[in-house]
Amino acid sequence: MEHEADPPPVEPELDGDGPVFSVRGLTKSYGRKRVLDDLDFDVAKGECLVILGRSGSGKSVTLRQLNGLEKPDRGSVTFAGVDLAPLSERDLFPLRKRIAMLFQSGALFDSMDVYENIAFPLRAHAHPSEEEVAAKVAEVLETVELPGIEQKLPSELSGGMRKRVALARSLVLQPEVLLFDEPTTGLDPMTSDSIAHTIVTARDRHHSTAVVVTHDLPLARTVASRIAFLDEGRFRFIGTFAEAEGSDDPLLTHFLAGRREDA
Amino acid sequence: MRWFRRRRGGEADENRFTKPAVAAGELALLAGRTFAALARPPWDWRSWIVQMERIGVRSLTVTYVTTLFTGMVLALQAAYSLPQIGVKYYIGTVVAKSLVRELGPVLVALVVGGRIGAGMTAELGTMKVSEQIDALRSLAVDPVRELVVPRVLAAMLMLPALTLLGNVVGIIGGLAIGVTVLDLTAGFYMNDVLTSLSLEDVWSGLGKAFVFGFFISVIACRNGFNVTGGADGVGRATTQTVVMGAMFTLISDFFLTQLFHLIF
Repeated sequence: MEHEADPPPVEPELDGDGPVFSVRGLTKSYGRKRVLDDLDFDVAKGECLVILGRSGSGKSVTLRQLNGLEKPDRGSVTFAGVDLAPLSERDLFPLRKRIAMLFQSGALFDSMDVYENIAFPLRAHAHPSEEEVAAKVAEVLETVELPGIEQKLPSELSGGMRKRVALARSLVLQPEVLLFDEPTTGLDPMTSDSIAHTIVTARDRHHSTAVVVTHDLPLARTVASRIAFLDEGRFRFIGTFAEAEGSDDPLLTHFLAGRREDA
Repeated sequence: MRWFRRRRGGEADENRFTKPAVAAGELALLAGRTFAALARPPWDWRSWIVQMERIGVRSLTVTYVTTLFTGMVLALQAAYSLPQIGVKYYIGTVVAKSLVRELGPVLVALVVGGRIGAGMTAELGTMKVSEQIDALRSLAVDPVRELVVPRVLAAMLMLPALTLLGNVVGIIGGLAIGVTVLDLTAGFYMNDVLTSLSLEDVWSGLGKAFVFGFFISVIACRNGFNVTGGADGVGRATTQTVVMGAMFTLISDFFLTQLFHLIF
C-alpha cells in the first residue's frame, strides 16, 4: 500500500518569492548504487535551470523526482511548498496537471494521431467542446512551428517533429512548470537549435518555470538562467553559464570544453 | 519499475524465494486498483468497446476452430473407446457435458487467453519501455483506469461470450460426427444434448470463463507494466504471461470445479 497523504493536497499557490521547487537532502539508490547523494537545490519562479552532467550521472532521475514519477529514498522534494514524497499517485495528479514533462523519446501515444495525442490531456482534464479542442491543438502546433500535421501518426514523424509534437502536448494545459528530459538527444544541430528556440518561445509565451536535463551545451547556453553540474550524485557547480566558464573545477572545465578527463 | 506498488524506500529486495510472493502481492494490488477505478466514474465506454472488439470479435475464428474440432474428437473418442456398452447413443451427453462444464472454458482460456494475454503484455510493455506509461502519469492520467480497466473488463465479458459460442460450435462438431460417422439422427443427438444439459452446467462453465478472463488479463497487464529493458524484456514478459496464464487457468480450474459442484 502506498503512503497516503494526510491531509490530501490542495492546489498550492506559487507565490511571488518562494521557490517553485525546493529539494533538500535528496538521496536515491538503485540496488547498491547510489545515484543521487544528498542533493540540495531550489528552482525559482520563472527561471530555467539546466542540469548538466555525463551520461548516467543521475540527471533524468533528478528530473523524475520533480513531478513525483519517482520517489526519493531520503530527503524532500517540495513543489510550491508541498512535499511530493509522501503523496500517493492520486494525490499527485492535481500537481502534475501544472507540471508538464517532455520525455527523451517524446513518448507520444503510438495508437493516436497527432491531433488525438495533443487533445488527450485536454479531454482528460478540461472537458472542452470539440471546437475548442481543435482550436487549442492548432494553436499549440503553431507554437511549435508544425501547423497542419494533425492527421499524421507518430510513426510518420521525424525525431525532431516527434519531440515538437510532444512539446505541444505538454504545453496544451498551459502548465506553470516545464520539465525537459534530453530534448535534443539524437537530433542534428540545426534541429536542436530549432528545438531550443521553441523551448524559449514556449516558456516566454506561457511564463513558465523550466528545468532542462541535457548534455547539449549549445542548448544549455540558449535556454539556461542557471546551470547545475551533476557528478556522482552531487552537484559540483550551480550558477550561471558565465560563472561556469570561469570555474576552476577541472571536471567542469573539461565537460564544457568537451574533452575527456585525462586529456 | 513497479510504480503501482512503489513506496518510499526503494525497490523491494527480491530473490527467488520472495519473487512469487511479490508477484502475488502485485497481482492482488493491481486487481484491487482495477476494481477501485472501475467503481469510480467517468467511464470511457469507447475504449471498453475497442477492447471488447479486439479481445472478442478478433478471437472468434480461433475459438470456433478449437471448439469445433474438440467437439468432433470428443464424439469420435467416446464412440470408439467404449463401443461394447453403446456409448454412441450418449454422444450428445458426453460432448455437451464435457464441453460446457469443462473443456469449453478451459480450452478457450488456454487458446484465446494465450493470444490476448500475450497481446496485452506486448502492448503495455512496449508502452512502458517507450515511456508512454510515464507520459500518462505525468499527464495526471491513471494508467490503471486508462489501460487496465478496459482490458480486464473486456476479458471478463468476452471470455464467457466466446466460451458460449464455442460450446455451440463444439456441440455442432459432435453432431457432424454423430450424423456422418456414427449413423445417429440429428434429432436424436440434439435431444440427448438438451436433456443432458442443465442451466447449472452452463453457468458453471461461464463462471469459470469469467474468472479465467480476469486472471489472464490482470496477469498480462501486471507483466506489461513490469517490463524493463527493451525488446528482450517485452519478449520475456510476453512468454511469462502465456505460461502464467495457462498455469493459473489449469490450477484455478481445479478449485473452481470443486466450488461450482458445491454451488450447483
